[in-house]
Amino acid sequence: MSTVTPTSRSWYKRNEIALTPWLFLLPAMLFFAVYVIIPIGQSFWISFHQWDGLGEKTYIGTANYERLLGIGEQNIDRKFETSFWNNLKWLALYLLAVPAGLFIALFLNQTVRGIRLYKSLFFFPFVISQVVVGLVFSWFYLPREGLLNAILGVFGAGPVNILGDPTLATYGIIAAGLWPQTAYCMILYLTGLNAVDPEQVEAARLDGAKGYKMLWYIILPQLKPATFIAFVVTIIGALRSFDLISVMTNGGPFGSTRVLSFYMFEESLSEFGFRMGYGSAIAVVLFFIMLGFIGYFLYSMWRDEKGAR
Amino acid sequence: MHSILKTSCAAVAALGMAASAVFADGHQLSGDLKITSDMSNPAPRAVMEGLVAGFQEMHPELNIELTVVDREAWKTQIRNALGANPPDVVNWYAANRMGPYVEAGLFEDISDMYADGDLPGLDAVQGALTLDGKQYGVPYTYYQWGVYYREDIFNELGLSEPVTFDEEIANCQVIVDSGRACYAIGTKFLWTAGGWFDYMNMRTNGFDFHMQLARGEVEWTDPRVRETFANWRKLIDMGGFIADHQSYSWQEALNFMIDGEATSYLMGNFAVAAMREAGLTDAQIDFYQFPLIGDYPQGEDAPTDTFHIPSGAENKDNARAFLQYVTSANVQTEINSGDALGQLPINAESGVDADEFLEQGFAMLSTNAQGGVAQFFDRDFPAEMASVGMEGLQEFMVFPDNLDDILARLEEARQRIYQ
Repeated sequence: MSTVTPTSRSWYKRNEIALTPWLFLLPAMLFFAVYVIIPIGQSFWISFHQWDGLGEKTYIGTANYERLLGIGEQNIDRKFETSFWNNLKWLALYLLAVPAGLFIALFLNQTVRGIRLYKSLFFFPFVISQVVVGLVFSWFYLPREGLLNAILGVFGAGPVNILGDPTLATYGIIAAGLWPQTAYCMILYLTGLNAVDPEQVEAARLDGAKGYKMLWYIILPQLKPATFIAFVVTIIGALRSFDLISVMTNGGPFGSTRVLSFYMFEESLSEFGFRMGYGSAIAVVLFFIMLGFIGYFLYSMWRDEKGAR
Repeated sequence: MHSILKTSCAAVAALGMAASAVFADGHQLSGDLKITSDMSNPAPRAVMEGLVAGFQEMHPELNIELTVVDREAWKTQIRNALGANPPDVVNWYAANRMGPYVEAGLFEDISDMYADGDLPGLDAVQGALTLDGKQYGVPYTYYQWGVYYREDIFNELGLSEPVTFDEEIANCQVIVDSGRACYAIGTKFLWTAGGWFDYMNMRTNGFDFHMQLARGEVEWTDPRVRETFANWRKLIDMGGFIADHQSYSWQEALNFMIDGEATSYLMGNFAVAAMREAGLTDAQIDFYQFPLIGDYPQGEDAPTDTFHIPSGAENKDNARAFLQYVTSANVQTEINSGDALGQLPINAESGVDADEFLEQGFAMLSTNAQGGVAQFFDRDFPAEMASVGMEGLQEFMVFPDNLDDILARLEEARQRIYQ
């Protein structure tokens, strides 16, 4: 390339400004490629095969997807259908954590004696592991000994077996998941409330705003960054709701509480699984669903940043 | 802890003696032997360590390396373990459960050991280790299934052990009328329902039909299968099973039997240890064979646990000697005794420990299982069929009215899986 003379600076020195950022980025890019990008590609590749993880892969084209979505003469995979709808239920109901967290944060955003203690008590469920939350709630729901039925008994309501009833079980698990998620949203809003400009509140008060109007027109707009993060973490949390399901019902009764991530695990990695191709096909579908959400959020983030400039 | 230690010491000493008697004239082995075992529960672990110690004593030159893996974790880990640089001996299960590894060529074919008479006394059990006419491992223990019941409650109600299904139903009616449930069961992890189906189907249609169904040769919508479910439904409709069983594991459901709210439990012999631990005395529990329904010789579930040699093993000769050692009559007597595994020995020349349940089980399996011995629903049926099937069985036990839909679903799965 260039003629090297003893007096000229080295190639790196000459291109230092252009190269250095890439050098800093290199480790991250390398790891991201090895642990994220390449596995995604491999999942796509495996999903076109029939493979038990041991022997040779057999190429079967899009047969896995056809079975999953019921293209052609077969019916749609019912497990997939149930899992998909359960995922939607999770997405819709899990978002209740955002307003609930906001409400608790507003309630706790006052200066009374011992408020730090109350705050930490409310935050407590987020600190304990999801597995423990699942266990606690499954005891709470126990058909005979559970606290829930004891409480219902006081009011004369009949015993219910929430986790044993295919129509209720998913809602029962979502309720368990809302407990720590609400705490998470609460802490996001509490930090957000610290940043609310007291002068604006003062000005609004002089103009006669109070109660609901104060909240909607003055406080909430200032909480927008917190709301955005709360939505993102809640939606991602809903889509990866795996541990609670595994602990509380193991996908049952008769598969009524499966979600896509759990079904993917069952097909590919559980005791009776090892249908890697089919599991990968589910993973790919889940990937596109997540991509849709994350793409939307990235877009709105980009739009906001552009607007702010 | 103390009893475990005592057990293992006793096992080591006894095995040492047994071994020196059997292999007094055997030549010394040298080199390495790597064993990976899934016998991770306290008693089995002591047995496994005792086996290694006994074998070591016979072959002092041999360098034995034992790795014990958690039993549940091993069910998925075995795939990695068999791949690169595998151990010389591994634990697994018999019948269809070893199918994927045999097909992938990961288990060593040891048919010659059976043919050459290296494994005396195993003729009766080798069927469970046979795929396509070849044997791929040796069994080391098995246990009977059957109905464990509260003898004291049966006496109180004036009931006797039923022999026919009509007697079973009559008994159950008395039990239900006394405000109890007949059967404890916890189907949260599904497989317990598989045990019920095995017995209902083997009794209604015979062992051979059950195996045809397992091999995918019969449709799930067949009228004979429906008859099985119709018989099963009689017990469900009369309130025979405890309520909300879909929320319990089998251990949690055991409480119903211990509290006397349910009188019997269709289970494997391992349930006896749990019942004794929970405080039931042997005077309070007893065992009977699942009653007759149709006119067929009885088939029984008796799951077998096994040892295999990975085909990539480096010290196959040492591994073969170890399999021979594990299955020899004396060692089998020792490791399956009541204070070790507490199960049944697989060698016909072994003795069965003086235990009420082991003796009954052994007598039942040797004289009263003319139909044949099955492994279990999740070992006889291919993995995917088993998981779809057990889910359907659980649903049937909760909502018997969904039967048509369940059977249609299972049939659809059958057509896809057995291609």
